[in-house]
Amino acid sequence: MRVTSSQSRLLSTETRAAIDTAVASNPVVLFMKGTPETPQCGFSKASIQILGLQGVDPNKFCAFNVLEDEELRQGLKEYSDWPTIPQLYVGNEFVGGCDILMSMHQNGELSKMLEEKGVLVPAESSSEAPSGAPAQS
Amino acid sequence: MSSTPIEDAIRLKITAALQPTALEIHNDSSQHAHHAAMQNSASTSNETHFRVLIASAAFEAKMQPARHRMVYALLKEELERKGGIHALQLRTRTPGEEERLSAKEGVEGEGR
Repeated sequence: MRVTSSQSRLLSTETRAAIDTAVASNPVVLFMKGTPETPQCGFSKASIQILGLQGVDPNKFCAFNVLEDEELRQGLKEYSDWPTIPQLYVGNEFVGGCDILMSMHQNGELSKMLEEKGVLVPAESSSEAPSGAPAQS
Repeated sequence: MSSTPIEDAIRLKITAALQPTALEIHNDSSQHAHHAAMQNSASTSNETHFRVLIASAAFEAKMQPARHRMVYALLKEELERKGGIHALQLRTRTPGEEERLSAKEGVEGEGR
């Protein structure tokens, strides 16, 4: 018989509910170490930079600093079934960590997904079908 | 005892479970020795940051998050242990993807 104490940590109902709320708080949610202005980890920093390069709308984006909340930090691992930070959620769905974000950024999948989810800064505020708008190529 | 027990464990477990057609394990720990999280860590370990490139048929028909979870599951103990792996960068490809993409990268070099 073996008692695995390190694995016995159960995600409390309250923590799960809090993470549910956080994930749903915005279309794009990044759990990171530090803040977007002052990331405390190179992988969190790279993730923020990628989202910036992609042109994610700041009004549709929210970052949570796991360093400020140990319960969130631990709970998130179980919630996402993912042991590392950062973690990106888009439209309530887990996308991945920094490596996945980076490779999706490089192969074009990320911009496609963000476009489809409608979370990018609109190219022009005048929106749909402007006359004489340059075609995107 | 080996001076790189964690790297050995990574190689052993991934090789046994995934039978990779390509496997590279890079220990980047020395680049992160100054990293704040490493200062008070009980570990004087020089095995905290790894970058692992895997090509395996076991990844066929699986999305990237599922592939990474397979590797995380294999290395669960090393990731959870105090003084174990602090950061694990993964590149998980199928043998077909590896062939196609590494040919492309060969021209550009392994940029980051």
